[in-house]
Amino acid sequence: MREPFIQFKNVYKSFGENHVLNGADLSIYKGEITTIIGKSGGGKSVLLKHIIGLIEQDSGNILFDGQPLSNMKKAEKKALKRKCSYMFQGTALFDSLTIYENIALPLKETTRLSDSEINRRVKDKMDQLDLNDIDEKYPSQLSGGMKKRVALARALVTDPETVLFDEPTTGLDPIRKKSVHEMISNYQLKFGFTGVVVSHDIPDIFHISQRVAMLNDGRILFEGSPDKLAQSSDPAVKEFIQGLYTGNDNGCIQTDKKN
Amino acid sequence: MVLAAIRFVIMSQLSVLLNPITALGRWIIFIVQEMGRIAIFFFKSFYLMFSRPFQIKKILQQIHFIGSKSVFVICLTGAFTGMVLGLQGYHTLVKFGSSGFLGAVVALSLIRELGPVLAAIMVTGRAGSAIAAEVGIMRISEEIDALDTMDINPLRFLVSPKLAAALISMPLLTALFDVVGIIGGYISGSLLLGISGGIYFSRIETSVEMADVTGGFIKSIVFAAVIVTICCFQGYYTHTRREGFGAKGVSLSTTSAVVISCVIILITDYVLTSLLL
Ligand SMILES: Nc1ncnc2c1ncn2[C@@H]1O[C@H](COP(=O)(O)OP(=O)(O)OP(=O)(O)O)[C@@H](O)[C@H]1O
Ligand SMILES: [Mg+2]
Repeated sequence: MREPFIQFKNVYKSFGENHVLNGADLSIYKGEITTIIGKSGGGKSVLLKHIIGLIEQDSGNILFDGQPLSNMKKAEKKALKRKCSYMFQGTALFDSLTIYENIALPLKETTRLSDSEINRRVKDKMDQLDLNDIDEKYPSQLSGGMKKRVALARALVTDPETVLFDEPTTGLDPIRKKSVHEMISNYQLKFGFTGVVVSHDIPDIFHISQRVAMLNDGRILFEGSPDKLAQSSDPAVKEFIQGLYTGNDNGCIQTDKKN
Repeated sequence: MVLAAIRFVIMSQLSVLLNPITALGRWIIFIVQEMGRIAIFFFKSFYLMFSRPFQIKKILQQIHFIGSKSVFVICLTGAFTGMVLGLQGYHTLVKFGSSGFLGAVVALSLIRELGPVLAAIMVTGRAGSAIAAEVGIMRISEEIDALDTMDINPLRFLVSPKLAAALISMPLLTALFDVVGIIGGYISGSLLLGISGGIYFSRIETSVEMADVTGGFIKSIVFAAVIVTICCFQGYYTHTRREGFGAKGVSLSTTSAVVISCVIILITDYVLTSLLL
């Protein structure tokens, strides 16, 4: 049997009276793209933040290559963080830096690359994401969809081994959405990276992901390949998928960011 | 939820009435814990100031923001403080027939006390509040979390350059305040009220000792650390406030940053004065 790369074991997390995760079990395998779906406000972002250590679980374990995150030494955590990258749902771009500086920031601060090399990599990512001629603009001068793509560029500019995407395509037009999906999938083919994507883009996102996990009431209700999801007999899974399919005739789902 | 919150507030208010000693104890424990956290916050940021590569560009930007941009307001307040000292000092000294000592009175009170304290309070109002709001907004828009995920130390990235800049700027701003204040005293005491300028300045020369200047210098450095640490700390932990989240939380953090900084400045001023004298 394959060993999972990242594993949630019976993870609980509450914010006061609000029980967000109630014993979540999830396995993420190396080199695969895992999509997490679920209701808005169901705790997908919270789940994702646990992986990178922004939020700590109340109980349960999160294992990396079989090793619990909570037992790791500082240096090990640091090494892990270097290889991971996180794309925030709310973009989390630096308002006081220009777009160029935003994308270049992780390279500038954590590597010793020369300025020209940084410039090359940043421009490269900006080209791929159709972000030309906005180098000197500030995040507040961009549209929501553009900000999303800048955040994506920033997450990918370090060529990380693991990327956690929190709704990378919400708020993008269908063409850009497709190109973002293509980019993620090309990345995987080229570098074999591990991706965890929170997305509402059903069924488009299934074409690029090898595994799907559905979060419901703080637990992982379903885990497996996209085909298996479609055949699932669980009423809650069915309802969720069908609700999405019937809700929109071209299959592209526009779910509001917040309920 | 709302009911629970209301009940919590009422209960906590009631407990103050019902059991003042427990409430006092809880409050003191909270204050001690908070001071410990602020001290750790300061030492970490201070230590990270010296980690390589040095963030020269950011420090210069912050010196521009905290230092250069405060020059005007420091000159203005310095001049009027000196002038009013000259005025008050003259009318008091003249009763004892010793108006010739005006220069000494103005210079000593400025260099020892008013210069460092008022300059620090002006910088708190001008730069400290801005720092608290800036860091607070970075916190609520997840920018600090983003730094964390990129493995950039937020204290090193955000706080250390501000701390370095304040430690460099505050002594200079204080010196400026003192000099402008002394000139202000000269304007009101000598030009307007007619004390001889020669006596005014020679009294300064004979009465001010190096120890006075060093004392003021030490104070200004301590105040610089107090301002940056408290203002950054309030912004940095704005999301842990119970009374308000988001923009409300930032506004509360900014207010408490300024109030706490000013109070701590005055308290440390007393402590330092008693140690230095
Ligand atoms: N820092 C926090 N403090 C308190 N409660 C929080 C915090 N973060 C999230 N929550 C709560 O956790 C729950 C899940 O939030 P989360 O952001 O994970 O939802 P989501 O599944 O990502 O939803 P969406 O699809 O809308 O992004 C919500 O009820 C939210 O109120
Ligand atoms: Mg979310």
